[in-house]
Formats: sequence, structure tokens, C-alpha cells
Amino acid sequence: MTNAASFATTPSGAKPKPFITWERFVVYAVLIVCALFFLLPLYIMIMTSFKSMAEVQSGNIFVPTLHPTFDAWSKAWDSACTGLYCEGIKVGFWNSVKITVPSTIVSIAVASVTGYSLANWPFKFSEVFFTILLLGSFIPYVVMIYPLVIITRELGIFSTLWAVILVHTIFGLPIQTLLFRNYFASLPQELFKAARVDGAGYWGIFFRIFVPMSVPIFTVSVILQVTGIWNDFLFGVIYAGPTNYPMTVQLNNIVNSSMGGKAYNVDMAATILTGIVPLTIYFVSGKYFVRGIAAGAVKG
Amino acid sequence: MHSVSVQNLSLKFGAAEVLKNLNLDVEEGEFIVLLGPSGCGKSTLLNCLAGLLELSEGQIHIKGKNVTWAEPSERGIGMVFQSYALYPQMTVRGNLSFGLKIAKLPKEEIEKRVQRASEILQIGPLLDRKPGALSGGQRQRVAIGRALVRDVDVFLFDEPLSNLDAKLRSELRVELKRLHNRLKNTMIYVTHDQIEALTLADRIAIMRGGIIQQLDAPQTIYNRPSNLFVAGFIGSPAMNFIKGTTVGGGKAFKFGDVTLNLVGYEGGAIMDRPKAIIGLRPEHLAIVDEAVPGLTIPAVVEIDEPMGADSLVWLEAEGKQISVRVPVEHRPVAGTKVHLKVDIAKSSLFDETSELRI
Repeated sequence: MTNAASFATTPSGAKPKPFITWERFVVYAVLIVCALFFLLPLYIMIMTSFKSMAEVQSGNIFVPTLHPTFDAWSKAWDSACTGLYCEGIKVGFWNSVKITVPSTIVSIAVASVTGYSLANWPFKFSEVFFTILLLGSFIPYVVMIYPLVIITRELGIFSTLWAVILVHTIFGLPIQTLLFRNYFASLPQELFKAARVDGAGYWGIFFRIFVPMSVPIFTVSVILQVTGIWNDFLFGVIYAGPTNYPMTVQLNNIVNSSMGGKAYNVDMAATILTGIVPLTIYFVSGKYFVRGIAAGAVKG
Repeated sequence: MHSVSVQNLSLKFGAAEVLKNLNLDVEEGEFIVLLGPSGCGKSTLLNCLAGLLELSEGQIHIKGKNVTWAEPSERGIGMVFQSYALYPQMTVRGNLSFGLKIAKLPKEEIEKRVQRASEILQIGPLLDRKPGALSGGQRQRVAIGRALVRDVDVFLFDEPLSNLDAKLRSELRVELKRLHNRLKNTMIYVTHDQIEALTLADRIAIMRGGIIQQLDAPQTIYNRPSNLFVAGFIGSPAMNFIKGTTVGGGKAFKFGDVTLNLVGYEGGAIMDRPKAIIGLRPEHLAIVDEAVPGLTIPAVVEIDEPMGADSLVWLEAEGKQISVRVPVEHRPVAGTKVHLKVDIAKSSLFDETSELRI
């Protein structure tokens, strides 16, 4: 490389473009406008939730608060009124937890085993079964609401936590099974064969070989289920019964029941409290979430 | 008692018959290679032996025991896969001992067997690594080790070297042969690579369309292929086929103006056949200057392909392309008129209609 200096007198290749070009300016401008469009409500919610009512009523919703206070937050959590009770949104929070945790666990447990069977232990009519399952995930929920009311009533669990848990579990199954079946089908078949030669059986292969290899897909389905069930309003309001309303329903009741003036600061705080669970999950696991959507889309 | 015995095995996937009434007896300690083009059923047959596919008809015996309906782990087989199929979340030690733990062997016994396998395969230093941290050759060694620790009668290999690069492949091929000499297990080996088949096998089973075409020692398959398919499949560069007739009560082969004397041909009754094919391997033809009646074919040199030590010379004779393998220093110049000397004892005659060797 002794002659390198003599070659390097002029740069070669295309001339680098300046950072700001006309096209790039347009792209960024559009992106910034979009970002503002979605961030502005969030900004106003956070600001309002830290204001006192006096400050809220003075107008200027864009102005940051001068005397930040947690009063609205503690009121929203502990003593906001839903029209029937004045115990705040915490009741709804714990109801949502009681609904989300068991329905997530049960639906994923059942779906993963079903997906594993469909992918690796084909039985007679397994393809037909899978097609029916697939069709199930395309039927609008609304069609099944009334039949499920009758079913839960006959089972004697209508208007209890069990009813919502059951409904969420059932509705989670088709898409979750699809997700797991496709994932397991994408694992190398020879691995399955090797495990069978090693003497592992149905459960042995599932728990000792496949589950440890499937952390990504389990993460994805937990995210999908938790956010889906947490955000649900319809099933909660129909099947849970007034004492078991999940957080979303509780939030609606707080916001819509007014005694005297509307307590905007409390409403905002309650809304943020409700949204914080899925929001946190999206932030923490965004990478897995995107991967999961892609995994569900490819391969058949 | 045969080590492995397959009787009248048939396998159907719906309407498609993948294996057709197949019979195969493997002797104790024998190295059998199943060789054939893609889709010939060789891997399917191996999977049937392993118990990973259910047969439609027939029986399989291993060491005299009927294992037709036995679970893969109860058959006394170990299997090595093309993609290695190592459990990615376990260390090498975990991979080797997984099957033994399921069989609930005592800890000391597991440790002993893992030690022995890792010594034989020289993977001792890798025992605590995960498969992801191993090279292709090391992974395949571990995969062989997983079959080894099971202390089985029969090893099944499903194209074990196909995922490796050429250099590593030839190294591991030698190692496999060494391993077989040392262990003396029965080994059944599937491949589409004829070099692997010719170098490793005690006997080769050439398969096509779910049928074993020929089952013989490598030299027999090479020298006396039983039909046109086997003749064309084995040997690289491929055998030359010339269509013609046999005349004079089977004394001569005639095509165009050329007559070849068939005295000294090793095979069955030739007779007069209106449609016959002679098969001549490029390495069994020689280029000579002088014509010898009944022994040579006049030809014109067209092109040659030097391949290092040898050169493949393409000639034209009676409107047919014929290839001849010659030492690279004896390459003739293109356009030269020469004569091809035929070694009739090493040639093969086929009936064109039945495609069988005469």
C-alpha cells in the first residue's frame, strides 16, 4: 500500500447528496405532522391530569400546568364515581387482571397444544379441522354474542367473571392455534424425527424440545392476548355483570356519569391508568409484536 | 439371522405408491448404501426402517425381531439426519444424553457412554457448547454421537454429508468408513452422491420409482449393471450407449457400418436381437491409430475437456457422440481421424425393449 497516497488525490464514486433534499423534506414534514396528530391528545391528557379543576376551567388546554398535583390521579384510582359506587377505577383494574390472566393462560395453553398436534401429529381429517378453525376466526363476533349469552346462562355463569373468562378463552383460540401451528410447522421436521428416535413421546417432544425453542411465539401470543383482552369493552359489558366490569367499562362509566361539572382532570387520569397496561406492553415488546404479526402472516 | 430384513414392503401416500413390494436383507455388520435420484423412495425407505412412517403393507425385522409396528426408540436403531437435527437449546452433552435420560438409564451409565462417544468422535472439548457455536462438521459429529450413545444394532444415515462443503465431506467420509471398521455395526446409508456410495458401501442398492433396481457390491454394479438405468446412473462421466443389432447368432454387434466382435462378452445368451444397446464406459475405450476389424470404431475427434489428470475427449462415430477418457498428455487434436478400441469384456449389452442386461 505504499502508493496509496498517489491514488487518493480525488474522491471516486458519485457525489454525495446534501442531507436536506426536496424529497426528504416532504417525507419528514409529513411524518412530523402525523406524529403531532397522534401525540397531541396524549400531551393534553397528561397535562390536564396534573392540573387542578380551577386550572382546567381557566382554559388554555395547551399550556403546561403551573401547579402540578396528583389529586386527580388518586381520585381516579381510589374514589371516582361510576354512578353506582365511588371506589375509583381500581375495582375495574383488578377485575381486568382477574379476567386477563386466566383467559390468557388457558387460551395459550390449549392453542399451543392444538397447534402442535395439527403441525406434527396429523390425524384423520386434521386438515378439515384446521380449515374449520380458520373459518372460525373470520366470523364476526357479533353473530355469536346472543348464542353465548344463552350458553353462559344455561351453564349458570352469566354475569360472573367465569363467563367473560370463558368467552375470551374461546375467541382467542382460532387465531392463537393458527399462530402456533404455523410456528411449529416452520420448525425443522428432522428435529421432531430425531426426538422420536430418542424415545420422546407426544408430551416429551412438546415440553422438552418444542417449548424451549418457542419463546418468541409464546411472547407474541401473550402480547396479543393480554392487549386484546385488556382492551375489550363489549364482552366485559355483556357477560361480566356490574360488579365484575373490567377497567374499560369502568372507565366509560366514570367518564359518562357526571355529578355537577365534568371532572376533566380525573377523567384524563383514569383514561391514562387504563391505557397504561397495553401501552407498556407495546413499548417493552414492540419488536416481538411486529415479528408475531409477520409470523402469523407467512406460510400455510 | 439377518441384521435387517424387509419383506414385501409397500407404502402408499393416498393414490401414489412410493415403495412397491420391496425386499431387502442386510447382513450383520454390513454397510448398505441406498442410492438413487431424488424422489426414488430411498429416504422414505429409511424412514420406514426407523419407524417414522407407517407402512401400508409388509414387515420389517431387526435382529430377528418383528418391529413393523414398534416405536422408533424400541427398534434398536440410531439415526443421523442431513440437517443434523440437534436440539438447539441443549449443550452437546445434553444432546447426547437426551435419549438416555428418557430411557431412564442410571447417571453413571449415561456419563460413561457420553465419554466413550466423545472419545471416538473427538468431540470432548465441545461437550459444554451449544450446537449454535459449532461448525457444520462438528455438528454432524455430534449427530453421529447421538446415534452412537444409544448403543444400537443398526445405524441409519439420511444424506448425512450433503450439507457440508466438498472438502469436509471427503474428510468425514473417510472418518465414517473408519468408524464402521471400528464399530462393525450394521449401517444403512442414504445418498444421491455416487462417490459416497462407491467408496463406503459393502453393497449398493440402486433405487428408482420405489423399486430396488440392483443390489450388489460396488464393483459389480459398476462393471455389470443389471439394466439401462443403473448403467446410466452409475459412473461419471456417464456410460456411452449405442443402439444397434446383434447378428450372427449373437457373435457380433452391428451399428451403421461398424461391426464389433462379441466373443469374450461376459453375460447371458446374446442371440440375434433386432434392437440392442451396447454400453461402453469412457474409461474402457482407448484411442488407437490402426483399425482392427471387429475391435475398433472409426471416429473423428471433436472437442476435449481436460479435468486435471485425465481429459474427456468427445468424438463422433456414425453420427453418434462418444466420450473417451484419456490421460491428459495423450489428448488428440480436434479433427483427427482415429479409431476407438473396445474392451468387450468390460462392456455391457442391453435389450432395448426390456432395458435389461443381456
